[in-house]
Amino acid sequence: MTSAGVPGGGAVEVPAVVEAVGVGKVFGAGSTAVTAIESVDLSIRQGEFISLIGPSGCGKSTLLRLIGDLTHPTSGTLAINGKPAARARSDRDYGMVFQAPVLMDWRTIAKNIELPLEIMGFPPDERRRRATELLKLVELEGFADRHPWQLSGGMQQRVAIARALSFDPKLLLMDEPFGALDEMTRERMNAELMSIWRRTGTTIVFVTHSIPEAVFLSTRVVVMSARPGRISQVIDIDLPAERSVETRESERYFRLVTRVREALRQFEPTDEGPEVTEAERVRAEGLA
Amino acid sequence: MTASAAREWLPAVGVFVIVLAIWEVGFLVLGVQSFLIPRPSVITEQLVSDWSTLARGLVFTGTEAVSGLVVGVALGTAAGFATARWASAREVLLPVAIGASTIPIIAFAPITLNWFGPESLLPRVTIVAVMCFFPVMVNTIRGLTNVDPGTLELLSSYAASDRQTLTKLRGPNALPYWFTALRIATTLSVIGAVVGEFFGGPLYALGIYITLQTGASRYPSAWAAIVLACVLGIVLYMVAVALERLTIPWYTARETAR
Repeated sequence: MTSAGVPGGGAVEVPAVVEAVGVGKVFGAGSTAVTAIESVDLSIRQGEFISLIGPSGCGKSTLLRLIGDLTHPTSGTLAINGKPAARARSDRDYGMVFQAPVLMDWRTIAKNIELPLEIMGFPPDERRRRATELLKLVELEGFADRHPWQLSGGMQQRVAIARALSFDPKLLLMDEPFGALDEMTRERMNAELMSIWRRTGTTIVFVTHSIPEAVFLSTRVVVMSARPGRISQVIDIDLPAERSVETRESERYFRLVTRVREALRQFEPTDEGPEVTEAERVRAEGLA
Repeated sequence: MTASAAREWLPAVGVFVIVLAIWEVGFLVLGVQSFLIPRPSVITEQLVSDWSTLARGLVFTGTEAVSGLVVGVALGTAAGFATARWASAREVLLPVAIGASTIPIIAFAPITLNWFGPESLLPRVTIVAVMCFFPVMVNTIRGLTNVDPGTLELLSSYAASDRQTLTKLRGPNALPYWFTALRIATTLSVIGAVVGEFFGGPLYALGIYITLQTGASRYPSAWAAIVLACVLGIVLYMVAVALERLTIPWYTARETAR
């Protein structure tokens, strides 16, 4: 899955899904400039599940937004499927899920899932077929004709995931999608996401604050440190591919959780420098 | 449906009937003079006996109000779209719109009479259109621009065109704002038409009729015309509400669910 050998021996280099070399991002300019991330090197292969984890202000969301072409690097090079991020976005390579489900209240649940398909010009019966299929995938079959406000937070987030999957994106970018959910719902959503990922084989980049979540879901966990945001360590998660409730109780799982925790602690900030809050980031971006 | 509709309307109707009863009986017992405020029964009597004149006035004033409303809402919506779309339009249109909204109608009305002549509908249509224009424009701009930034990013991640962003997000987002403006505009339209008529127009027009009857101390007749103008305003408002419920049922449903 990670590399494709072409029959006949003439191996063709398959470009990584994400190839970041020396990527940096500075918001603002001059004395008010804030370095969000600095010299990030990261290569993500087809079918991987990568979690970005780190303290607030470490730039993990910024890195995800750079990959998704919602903001642009100020240094370094970034290639998505071997092309610039802007090309990847216009080629509709990205499915995105944010912390808020951002559903449209005037659309029914099925119509919300069909939104990207409408924009991308899929025929109506194909849209309906896919929406029905995805509603089944996220276990919301009975809710096709409901409106978003009639669903719980966890259900709304499942709709957002279904919507992101509707057009078979090559890369799924998720920014703390379960951050607003309670622990029980979050664990159930983790298990569901796991099975969706296994069934679809989509490459996923996942930003989270939660160590257990990162370890449970990922093939690799990217630990970041703050001020400036950098990759401090990449931890391979060598858990069995099939993960379940028992996985969370296994010793290997505990060992990995401890390793990620220690990696995070190692880079704990010693000085209380200013932290880039969401509001500051938005403001800085407006100035840029 | 009918049961729930009845439950929705019953309190309002009940209060209305009670107020009318207190008005009628209270004013009769206290002996309030009819030049201050006539009793409902007196006004109703006058409504019936003056009906042929009042009906003509209602049609005339109603035509002015509705025509002005349509023109003002159409222009306000168009200006709102242009302003939300092009920053250059904002710089040109917004000062003009604010200026138009601050024109004192009392000063403006005699001028429109000079433009079009007193017998024409146009002076009042102009006044009503000017009055309705501003709230519609401002609300349209707000509805088109006050969109959730997260949803904008979502559409941008799908590489949606500007046109798709307008039809899938900004337009639907603007509709509740627009209907709020429409409700405001319906009540303004009747006020604009009636006040505009104070300065001239055919004798049966509601505004003229009110001033003439008041001048001749025929207060119940004046009140009959006032009541009719109110009814016109309420009917137009209810039409706006009905249109809103038909067009954006999700909005009504969401508001009642909260």
